[in-house]
Amino acid sequence: MGKVIVVTSGKGGVGKTTSSAALGAALAQKGEKVVVVDFDVGLRNLDLVMGAERRVVYDIVNVIQGDAKLPQALIRDKRLETLFLLAASQTRDKDALTPEGVETVITELKRYFDWVICDSPAGIERGATLAMRHADVAVVVTNPEVSSVRDSDRIIGLLDAKTLKAERGERIEKHLLLTRYDPARAERGDMLKVGDVLEILSIPLIGIVPESMDVLRASNIGAPVTLADTSSAPAQAYFDAARRLSGEVLPITIPGEQRGLFGKIFGRKAA
Amino acid sequence: MTKVLTDARSIRIKGRSFLAVVLSPDLPLDEWLARLDDLASRSAGFFLNRPVVLDVTDLNIDRAQLKELLGAFADRNVAIMGIEGARPSILGQGMPPGLKGGRPVSEEAMAKEPEPAEEPGAAAKRASADVGRPTLQSIIIREPIRSGQSVIFPEGDVTVIGSVASGAEVIAGGSVHIYGALRGRVMAGSVGNASAQIFCRKLEAELLAIDGVYQTAENMAPSLKGQPVQLWLENDMIMAETLV
Repeated sequence: MGKVIVVTSGKGGVGKTTSSAALGAALAQKGEKVVVVDFDVGLRNLDLVMGAERRVVYDIVNVIQGDAKLPQALIRDKRLETLFLLAASQTRDKDALTPEGVETVITELKRYFDWVICDSPAGIERGATLAMRHADVAVVVTNPEVSSVRDSDRIIGLLDAKTLKAERGERIEKHLLLTRYDPARAERGDMLKVGDVLEILSIPLIGIVPESMDVLRASNIGAPVTLADTSSAPAQAYFDAARRLSGEVLPITIPGEQRGLFGKIFGRKAA
Repeated sequence: MTKVLTDARSIRIKGRSFLAVVLSPDLPLDEWLARLDDLASRSAGFFLNRPVVLDVTDLNIDRAQLKELLGAFADRNVAIMGIEGARPSILGQGMPPGLKGGRPVSEEAMAKEPEPAEEPGAAAKRASADVGRPTLQSIIIREPIRSGQSVIFPEGDVTVIGSVASGAEVIAGGSVHIYGALRGRVMAGSVGNASAQIFCRKLEAELLAIDGVYQTAENMAPSLKGQPVQLWLENDMIMAETLV
């Protein structure tokens, strides 16, 4: 049985979709079978970030409503054999997702895949609660600024109350993924520091993804950042995060605090 | 003469709980009233000067029957202060207000009540003693309270081992102890307890209240921010001091 991961945040624009695609591609490159499911019905984006927008025939709403079989709706990635996408519908809204339908789809996906990554919509309403409902593991994507941190805190509360695991009295595994981290701005005090965010949210950190043009460049060419430029700093952060998700223990380095000589030589280029 | 409202003091709104006797009649009503009369004849003055609430949750009656029942209580000098569990359709003008949210009193607390036959006075004294001495209760929460969550515990003290996030709230009848950072809202002594206190490891609260007296983050002394602090009420003012 595969593991279900929800990538969630509460706030919009923090990097849920980017992170879902990047983690999915990173896990798939280790040879694991991965499906990334877009729950953002009505505002789908995952297909663009994964470069599959021109191959979407059926989506999750079609599967739920019985218009298509699940294998028909799964889109295989052109670059990675073991990476699949289940797109959201752009013409419908979140009411098209039913709890029973989502349960059936997730149960079936778990049978075929090692990892089912659910890309949650922003907010705390139906779409977001259905995306987190069946999760075994939650990746809480947070930017180092107060409104994102507070929304993440709210989402963590919901993860502990509204998921199936929580209702059964089990604990859902939660990880913090800090994205769009800018060491220079954190140093100047324009951003919250890593320690501040960790203290407020008090869940384990799975990775720090630096703010980088590489992320924008990757999504513009329709590739997860872990496929577009595997040596870039954000890609490396996502590879490490994926290894931690699989249970590996790796030390976390905070960008900017390991600069030293390396930073002096490549400082300009890294920005 | 027009009165100029220059008084800056805000109005205090508090919750308060009283011990009320709840009567739950059953059908047929005349048989139940006969049993009530029998009880009343053996314990004179049992219902005198007491708040009595009528619970009609499981009683299938219409408005006319309810009116008749209230009349029957009035004949017996029993003043009904509220009706619990009534459908809005059976309540009408001139009837006591509908109540909800009442909690049953524990069995042993009530067990003393129905036998005041010999000395009604003594029983009343005992009852008032029960009201005067608050039962000590507390809860301990061993995880952080997240934004959007609220802990409401009117029965007594709340202890949190962890932080209270911005956008979270704790409302306690007694004192509140936070072993972590307090970034949300805390209301202590919410049922009218001026001796309640608030303690925290790190004060970054959005709002604090003790016994209905409020203070927002803006009005707190900046020197207390981020410090371990205790807060209490003195002459309707919230006082604060760092804990060493």
